[in-house]
Amino acid sequence: MSTKIGDRVKRKEDKRFTTGKGKYTDDVRNDNQAYAAFVRSPHAHASVKGIDISGAMAMDGVIDVLNGTQLTGDGIGNIICGWAITSKDGTPMKMGAWSALATEKVRYVGDAVAVVIAETQALARIAAEAVEVDYEILPVVASTTAAMKDGAVTIHDCAPDNQIYDWELGDEAATDAGLAAATHVTTLDLTNNRLSPNPMEPRSAIATYDDAEEHYTLYTTSQNPHVARLVLSAFYQVAPENKLRVIAPDVGGGFGAKIYIYPEEITCLWASMKTNRSVKWTSDRSEAFMTDAHGRDHVTTAKMGFDADGKITGFKIDTVANIGAYMSLFSSSVPTYLYAPLMSGQYDIQNIHCNVRTYYTNTVPVDAYRGAGRPEATYVVERMMETAAREMGLDPAELRRRNFIQSFPHQTPVLMAYDAGDFPKILEMAQETADVAGFATRKAEAASRGKLRGIGYSTFIEACGLAPSKAAGSLGAGVGLWESAEVRVNPVGSIEVLTGSHSHGQGHETTFAQIVADRFDIPVESVSIVHGDTDKVQFGMGTYGSRSAPVGMSAVVKAMDKVEAKVKKIAAHALEASEDDIVIEGGQVKVAGTDKAMGWHEVGLAAYIAHNLPDGMEPGLKETAFFDPVNFSFPSGAFICEVEVDPETGKTEIVQFTAADDFGTIINPMIVEGQVHGGVTQGIGQALLEQVVYDDDGQLLTGSYMDYTMPRAADVPFYHVEHHETPSPNNPLGVKGCGEAGAIGSPPAVINAITDAIGNNDLAMPATPQAVWRAIQAASKSVAAE
Amino acid sequence: MTKVNMNVNGKAVSGDVPDETLLSQFLRETLRLTGTHIGCDTSQCGACVVHVNGQAVKSCSTLAVSLDGADVMTIEGLANGELHPMQAAFNDNHGLQCGFCTPGMIMSGVDMVARYKAEGKDLTSDAIRAELEGNICRCTGYHNIVKSIEDAAAKM
Repeated sequence: MSTKIGDRVKRKEDKRFTTGKGKYTDDVRNDNQAYAAFVRSPHAHASVKGIDISGAMAMDGVIDVLNGTQLTGDGIGNIICGWAITSKDGTPMKMGAWSALATEKVRYVGDAVAVVIAETQALARIAAEAVEVDYEILPVVASTTAAMKDGAVTIHDCAPDNQIYDWELGDEAATDAGLAAATHVTTLDLTNNRLSPNPMEPRSAIATYDDAEEHYTLYTTSQNPHVARLVLSAFYQVAPENKLRVIAPDVGGGFGAKIYIYPEEITCLWASMKTNRSVKWTSDRSEAFMTDAHGRDHVTTAKMGFDADGKITGFKIDTVANIGAYMSLFSSSVPTYLYAPLMSGQYDIQNIHCNVRTYYTNTVPVDAYRGAGRPEATYVVERMMETAAREMGLDPAELRRRNFIQSFPHQTPVLMAYDAGDFPKILEMAQETADVAGFATRKAEAASRGKLRGIGYSTFIEACGLAPSKAAGSLGAGVGLWESAEVRVNPVGSIEVLTGSHSHGQGHETTFAQIVADRFDIPVESVSIVHGDTDKVQFGMGTYGSRSAPVGMSAVVKAMDKVEAKVKKIAAHALEASEDDIVIEGGQVKVAGTDKAMGWHEVGLAAYIAHNLPDGMEPGLKETAFFDPVNFSFPSGAFICEVEVDPETGKTEIVQFTAADDFGTIINPMIVEGQVHGGVTQGIGQALLEQVVYDDDGQLLTGSYMDYTMPRAADVPFYHVEHHETPSPNNPLGVKGCGEAGAIGSPPAVINAITDAIGNNDLAMPATPQAVWRAIQAASKSVAAE
Repeated sequence: MTKVNMNVNGKAVSGDVPDETLLSQFLRETLRLTGTHIGCDTSQCGACVVHVNGQAVKSCSTLAVSLDGADVMTIEGLANGELHPMQAAFNDNHGLQCGFCTPGMIMSGVDMVARYKAEGKDLTSDAIRAELEGNICRCTGYHNIVKSIEDAAAKM
């Protein structure tokens, strides 16, 4: 079976996962293992007046109890946000200090004030309960609404009114003029509900200090172990990079939540040095809800103006975003540069203005969650388009078509230069697959059963392949967003690819091997992928923002270019031919048009034996490359959702969901479809089921799977997934990235379908049965009033 | 501490464990069978499903000491020389991504196919979805998990 680019190659990594042999962080247990348990604040906002550890220290098996004053006293630095945003008045964002263990104040429920190190996990937890913290409770702001109020309590002294920045993108005067000239203006107030990412593997960290070498090893559940090492070394001063090895072994899902370097990893590293023990901490699910960075949490007012032909004349967006109690690693960029530049959607819009204000609240930090800013933008754009079409009496697909961008590259007024796409074609594919023509019949049939059937669209664009380093730097990023790769051809011809990308479910061990097998025409089984260990892979920026294919694979291609050049030189020399005549195919390196050939493995052997290399050539066959993208990639798609709503109960059933996507070149359709299935399900979760709730006192009400509704198998249908490939011109494979599309495009499609079914556009996520039932009642009342 | 004896994956095992030790902890920490995963603390995610005396059980909801003399099968014991049809079906149908929920999904899948066959009932895709109420996956959107179980059911 062929195992090249475009083939449905079954995953090489599956055997260990299906047989229980996967090795996740919590599966590691070191000799001399000790366990950490954190003493966490039960209050959302309080001053810490004192910590009494005597009860805990008196317990047999408790090794030590450590606090934030000791941590900062040892020179461990504060946790930082790595993307600087400047307010429109020119002032820098107001970043409050965040110590891994709080010293004077706690700012959210779950904020850690101390850590217990003990001989067993159970004992550590019991001892943590015995640590007595004297809190002086302070007033709480648990939402942006509360944080913005006059006289609201200050969470960080550097931000007296809790505002972190007031930022804008686009031309406000031109946009106002565009709206003023419109013949129709649609206005919506929209909430993007707060979510918890919930990778199924809880976070875990195991830190081991070697006092003879003054060296640390950290096993951790990370999407980007090299970024973790960089930040732990350069900013938190845990250890210099050459004295810190970070290993992210099998990682059970990420979705953004495992990008960041959290207090627990820092504390475990430091505690392993303090106690000279290997220190292990594994989150339970309750701790995950309390401490993993949340996503979304926007409140937005948007206005979109149209001329008499239905062409958009202006689009103005005003958003308030919740950052939580501290600024997490990428928190500042999510509601700004990952949000406002997507406001042009798939549409030719000349005038866009987006204003974003962010606030501290007494809740866990909010940062990137699958899609990160782009789902929030898409939700605004696509709710607006559908609602506007209904208000103007136009078919929602037709309104979109009238505004589609038709030629590429296309420069939007909000920074982005779209690379390639065919939006009308993808919409047409989706409409055919979804049998939109037959909808009226299905709706009538549903009505005969007492059900309200609705249809909703979402035609969306993303910016993936984060990111051109220079551009990112000019917008405030603290790091470059390139990727590195090393391709090692062994003397027997087998190949190891070392990549800075990290697979935590994406199937890199298969797809990365496919691009190598395709290039050198060798079996995919001859290629192994090495990742997730800073001692093995020199550097990398990790996996998030759908960047592994467009950026990570591109680095592999660059390294393969160099390998191929050397292979051709070696073979040309050995076969006494011109390099230009050498071709690589069928497991051989041949002189084109002749029967002169060497086996692929013979070239590898020649490179290492080095008896017959061209003069001056170094032995060996190993090449390294760094790839820095010249632009983002722009996957796009058209999603169509059909629902049936039970008017008696308000319960929504997703009866049909079609996803037509343009991901550029597809390496493995099976894996791409899997990414779409998972992403759409998370989007349906957001639209129908999921919501993090804090009460006014900042207590987390959705702290377990008893209270936070995860999508189950019976909540979702089988999906119809289609692809149309317009290759990206900005990377050698033409790939665009597929990890986030499902989560980005689906929430507005679902809500547009429900609002169509019930005849009321005023519906917020999650559209629970209660919310939908109320919206139905409101609609029938307004009809009655008319 | 209480001494507990079990037959796990066909081997007699024993251990002295505190009375509060869950079966999941006994498997992971005492026997070091780490294929059984812990994904929640409210017995809902199903990553820890194993078979006890031939029935699927969430190992986080059972005390080890209550199972003295029990036959336990974990994900590590399922393959018998070659992959069990359910394991092969998950590979064939791309039924897993990060792999964390997979052991529980497979053990639940094997159990449901066996129960439906024993009762002579048809295991439809709707029935599979309903049966998976106690197994949460965040990666796959369930589409290919349901396909995997359907595929395996035809081969078991």
